[in-house]
Amino acid sequence: MSKYYVVAASAAAFVLSAASLGAQQPPDSTSRRQQAAIDSLAAATRALQARVDSLERARAAAPAPPRASGVYMNVSFVGLTDFAWSSQADVGSLQAGGHEPKVRGFSIPNAELALDGTVDPYLKAFANIVYQLDDKGETSVELEEMYFLTTSLPGNLQIKAGQYFAEFGRQNNQHPHAWAFADAPLVLTRLLGSDGLRSQGARISWLLPTPFYAEAMVSVMNSAGATTASFRSDESAAIHGGMSFDRAVKGMGDLLYIPRITSSFDLNDTQTLLLGASGAFGPNNSGPNASTSIYGADLYWKWKSPTANAGFPFVALQSEYLTRRYDASRRYAVDKYATVLPAETLRDGGMYAQLQWGIKPRIVAGLRGETVDGDKASFVVPDRERRTRVSPNLTWFPTEFSKFRLQYNYDQRRGLGSDHTVLVQFEFLLGAHAAHKF
Amino acid sequence: MNILPFIKLAVVAALAVPHDGALPAGKLNVVATTPDLASIAREIGGDAVDVKALAKPTEDPHFVDAKPSHVVTLNRADVLIEGGAELEMGWLPPLLETARNAKIAAGAPGRVVGSQGIRMLEIPTSFDRAKGDVHSLGNPHFLTDPLNAKIVAAQIAEHLTQVDPKSAALYAANLKKFNATIDAKLAEWQKLLAPFKGAKIVTYHKDFPYFGERFGLNIVENLEPKPGIAPSPAHVANVITLMTAQKVHVILVQPFQNRRTAETVARQTDAVVLDVSQQPGAFKNTDSYVDLMDSLIRSLANALKEAK
Repeated sequence: MSKYYVVAASAAAFVLSAASLGAQQPPDSTSRRQQAAIDSLAAATRALQARVDSLERARAAAPAPPRASGVYMNVSFVGLTDFAWSSQADVGSLQAGGHEPKVRGFSIPNAELALDGTVDPYLKAFANIVYQLDDKGETSVELEEMYFLTTSLPGNLQIKAGQYFAEFGRQNNQHPHAWAFADAPLVLTRLLGSDGLRSQGARISWLLPTPFYAEAMVSVMNSAGATTASFRSDESAAIHGGMSFDRAVKGMGDLLYIPRITSSFDLNDTQTLLLGASGAFGPNNSGPNASTSIYGADLYWKWKSPTANAGFPFVALQSEYLTRRYDASRRYAVDKYATVLPAETLRDGGMYAQLQWGIKPRIVAGLRGETVDGDKASFVVPDRERRTRVSPNLTWFPTEFSKFRLQYNYDQRRGLGSDHTVLVQFEFLLGAHAAHKF
Repeated sequence: MNILPFIKLAVVAALAVPHDGALPAGKLNVVATTPDLASIAREIGGDAVDVKALAKPTEDPHFVDAKPSHVVTLNRADVLIEGGAELEMGWLPPLLETARNAKIAAGAPGRVVGSQGIRMLEIPTSFDRAKGDVHSLGNPHFLTDPLNAKIVAAQIAEHLTQVDPKSAALYAANLKKFNATIDAKLAEWQKLLAPFKGAKIVTYHKDFPYFGERFGLNIVENLEPKPGIAPSPAHVANVITLMTAQKVHVILVQPFQNRRTAETVARQTDAVVLDVSQQPGAFKNTDSYVDLMDSLIRSLANALKEAK
């Protein structure tokens, strides 16, 4: 539009000046009149330019039409490929976790489709569908998580319900994508289960009205299934060495209760500390009345440079300590015909500590040390033997959407000797931008 | 172990403690994601508000840690001001999820999205991460254009008025004052930079296009080959060639960006690395948005003058 004005004005100026030139007037008066015409035209042009400028500004100030960045739902897909080699041919006997390589060579331990979004003004929802390839290349599909979360309950309360990883300690409810190592800590796979502690249930959480962050929560969950290893799990023989007892849910006491309290402090502008204590209480199926208690304490400390570039450099320390009391009833041994194991209390525990150093943008070096052990019992199972492991690793994130990781595990199992394992990971993320929890 | 009594106790305790409700003669708790938004909120809210910024002035606004202390701040907020356009998408959503504060939910009067109403630049025509971490809603660094600050200020005044109608007159008066200040300052700033119209500069990230457009500067290249992608040796070599050929002598770097790369390029192109910030408080005597822009424009004018 502004161009037309200018063109029209110039044309008018040309015509006018041509017309005035055409008139035979004394030279001095002609040039005076020409000058006057040019001046008035210049003034008109300036006024027009000012008007065009103000219109341009108004256009700049006018709201842009709203654009949706998504379609009511975020969709993302995380694909993880591992390469493993170990001194132990049966890699799976070392790597107990559900998202870890089981064979020498390549594996696809985790491919997850994550959906999340806002349901309505009151609820948010999240679903995670996991595809796994076993060591024969067969794909299995699993509904790993599916839950809703309230957004506006009064009294600082929040309810979550569905199937989800229990909020026990720090790492249990993190997905492999967020882990700092290629495998899960031994104490978590042994005490909470190879795929973590996860079940169908509901959780209520309360954000305390304290000046610092403090949140108290309790989950009530079903106590049966493969992902409640220390409770009514079909694979409980790995813990108590006996036949499992088929027990039904008789009362509320047969459900699983998982309380947790967590608190955080900013030590200064660059350092933050997060502390937590958790418990898990429920029935186990070594007998009709047997129960299990697990207690955990966790710590996370992070330093981040005040002028961090893309979040680097940083140093983070994470540690968890867990202990389990498993009351086993009198039961038949699984490996010895007609042998009865006595009622006994099995105590297991362990801890890990891991340090992450974000050296420079996109590069993180890590070191993890861990140990697990179980007390003496009337039977022997490998899952209760003392074991220690040390794992240095190096991770390179080309962008936020991909990562390469190289890890070495020095593994020492009582009675079985030491093993050396090298793990290589490649992971990509497609779709919605991942938001990172602290 | 029976835990039900504990649950009941916790619920009763939670409901017994007063959290929400009217602020007894208190100020409105306003939380801004970044210090520039916080500064504008202070100008508009005056004594009626208490403003906190989540990101530190020297922190990269794309990469703020979702610290639990931010959850507490957001839980107690009456108003949340975000830049929007996906600037905070890597850290704000999980904070809001845990903060469980309906007052600042999307669409609530207590939620201000700065980018709404801004004529966004660099809105991608296709979504492809091969082009780097491009924001689908356009470049989110729009407050470097003072006229955009006026648009955001108007939005803040509108939302504060909705949340706290009794101070409406104050907000309206402060908005008028802020607009007058910006208009006066803008004329001054444009005059300062007028001699350098069309001057060529290089920035680390694509974070100054609005500034370049407003003040007639030509940002010829970025040290990042693509938004969010770290400078590669090949790209740095190209930038050096380009800067030498086009006689570019100023490189803008923010506190959280890799100054060393900029220094390497500067050494080989006889350029200066100019430390600038888009956030008030990153440098001395830049505590307000206007002071920050003042310092940014003066130091840039000086650098361009010396480079001439």
